[in-house]
Amino acid sequence: MTATVVHGIDAGSSGAFTEAGMRVASHDVDTTHGPILYLDDVSVSFDGFKALNKLCLTIDDGELRCIIGPNGAGKTTMMDVITGKTRPDAGTVFFGQAIDLTQMTEPEIAHAGIGRKFQKPTVFEQHSAFENLELAMKADKRARTTLSARLGSADLDRIAETLALIQLRDQVDRPAGLLSHGQKQWLEIGMLLMQEPRLLLLDEPVAGMTDEETLRTAELCQSLAGRHSVVVVEHDMDFIARIARTVTVLHEGSVLAEGPMDAVQADPRVIEVYLGR
Amino acid sequence: MMGAIEGPLPADTRAPPAAATPVAAPRLQAPLHPLFTRGGWIAFCAAAFVLLVALPVANLTLPEAHPLHVPDHLVTLLGKIMCYAIVALAMDLIWGYAGILSLGHGLFFALGGYAMGMYLMRSIGREGVYHSDLPDFMVFLDWKAYPWYWSFTDHFWYAALLVVLVPGVLAFVFGFFAFRSRIKGVYFSIITQALTYAFMLLFFRNDTGFGGNNGFTDFKRILGFPIATPEARLALFAITAAFLLSFLLLARYLVTSRLGRVLTAIRDAESRVMFCGYNPVHYKLFVWTLSAVLCGIAGALYVPQVGIINPGEMSPANSIEIAIWAAVGGRGTLIGPIAGAFIVNGAKSWFTQAFPEFWLFVLGLMFVLVTLFLPQGVVGLFRRRARSGR
Repeated sequence: MTATVVHGIDAGSSGAFTEAGMRVASHDVDTTHGPILYLDDVSVSFDGFKALNKLCLTIDDGELRCIIGPNGAGKTTMMDVITGKTRPDAGTVFFGQAIDLTQMTEPEIAHAGIGRKFQKPTVFEQHSAFENLELAMKADKRARTTLSARLGSADLDRIAETLALIQLRDQVDRPAGLLSHGQKQWLEIGMLLMQEPRLLLLDEPVAGMTDEETLRTAELCQSLAGRHSVVVVEHDMDFIARIARTVTVLHEGSVLAEGPMDAVQADPRVIEVYLGR
Repeated sequence: MMGAIEGPLPADTRAPPAAATPVAAPRLQAPLHPLFTRGGWIAFCAAAFVLLVALPVANLTLPEAHPLHVPDHLVTLLGKIMCYAIVALAMDLIWGYAGILSLGHGLFFALGGYAMGMYLMRSIGREGVYHSDLPDFMVFLDWKAYPWYWSFTDHFWYAALLVVLVPGVLAFVFGFFAFRSRIKGVYFSIITQALTYAFMLLFFRNDTGFGGNNGFTDFKRILGFPIATPEARLALFAITAAFLLSFLLLARYLVTSRLGRVLTAIRDAESRVMFCGYNPVHYKLFVWTLSAVLCGIAGALYVPQVGIINPGEMSPANSIEIAIWAAVGGRGTLIGPIAGAFIVNGAKSWFTQAFPEFWLFVLGLMFVLVTLFLPQGVVGLFRRRARSGR
């Protein structure tokens, strides 16, 4: 990988970056055996602190999975590992059957079809809502093609559709920095959708939202499942209860319980973790 | 938390996927990203007319007593400042748009200048003090032949190639390692500062083969024309103006493209850019290398006009001054840094004649005041005026 970056800048000669997975179309993800994401025995430690401890997790294609857990349970670290921000010390992370995420950079993973929403809404504040979606849109994202990229009518339709979905139609030309907190959250989700990912990772999507916005986000998440696989990390239990099909509880870097919401809620170990000893 | 997880589930846990139906949206218009507005084009053409036609004519044809006569020293000064303006423009691309503060841009400027200087030195021929085929400083060092890296520098085209390639390749290699290692912010600035300092020390040495602390001077001709004539001066002036104006167009093209929007996105939220699938290393490397090449060309235009290049151009203070031009004019506006180069260097030229001992204080004060009160620079001031006046 490192040696190939040189060519990528003029994007001229090489398919090198391509080989490394940059342009792997999302439909290439092999999910013939069911799961779209495997984490097996994944461990990450920071200065001796085990953020993830032999974590095993499988997400099925098209599934909507909620992940809960007390602070420090490893939820965000898990997302960092999946998206290439953090390299695991041990374990395997596979996207579909064949894509080894531990060997890829963040942009390559994004191209392979994994979109991520951060805990703190992260949008391009100086750009308009429209431009945010334009930049996120699935496209050849190498520098040379980006220089001459123009929006076609199909692109405009997609942007318009997404703007309607995230209810930012009226804010189209507004700098994203001026949007409300909830609107930024939606814009970020909209940006993920523009990437046409197979797997969406949503880190606290309703943090700071009004009840009404939360309700709409719940609807949005449910509508996404099926077409995409969705992993939601949240603290808001009402929200989780509203959308949850399968819930995974993380604790101290590994899975404590997994199952339907009411079964998990009744699990004495889960109650103990949340109550504290 | 406890209450929430233990409490009864809300009655409706399976809300219908209402949002799933794609909403038929009215058609969006693709936003226009023109190079300039109409007013901008008029100003651009006016500037081109003044620089390329009016000023040279006023200098050559009008008698000295005429009120519109442009004196020779002003032509030289403006030509020099236009070279600085190209550097400020290059600085704006990398700092104002991509958010990467380089404190080593003087190095690329000087390297371009040295590449041109090598050609100019060889054009002196046997007219030097020692009437040798070699430049005077080599005779002085008792060298018998040109070192290998002076090969072909007697050809203008080769020197012109070096002007582009030397800063470009150096910037590319340096940038490749720096950006790949994700060196950012103040660390990057400090390393660039160290880089230009290291090169300055290298070029100060006589045995480096670039004239030591005296550098290159005493040029006689360029492309066969005597260099110290009014005509040559005006030709260089006009060429510099043409380069400045075309680089402004090029920079506008870049920043109004999607690539330009990716650059500002990298400046504002680099991690989001990565998770969108862009590799920021490529984008940074592209604009960084381009910026260095523009600086090199500016240096090559500068040297024949001022008639000297020495390692002082690589001093850290020079590179910091470049950042000040950009900040005073207004980062991220392209036109601002060009204006900043004119304002600061115009002031410098006047102050260093009138009150030479105070110039550095004035420069520092200017920087502090702009940072405190004009975060958008002088251009930002005008924009604010225009908005409140409306």
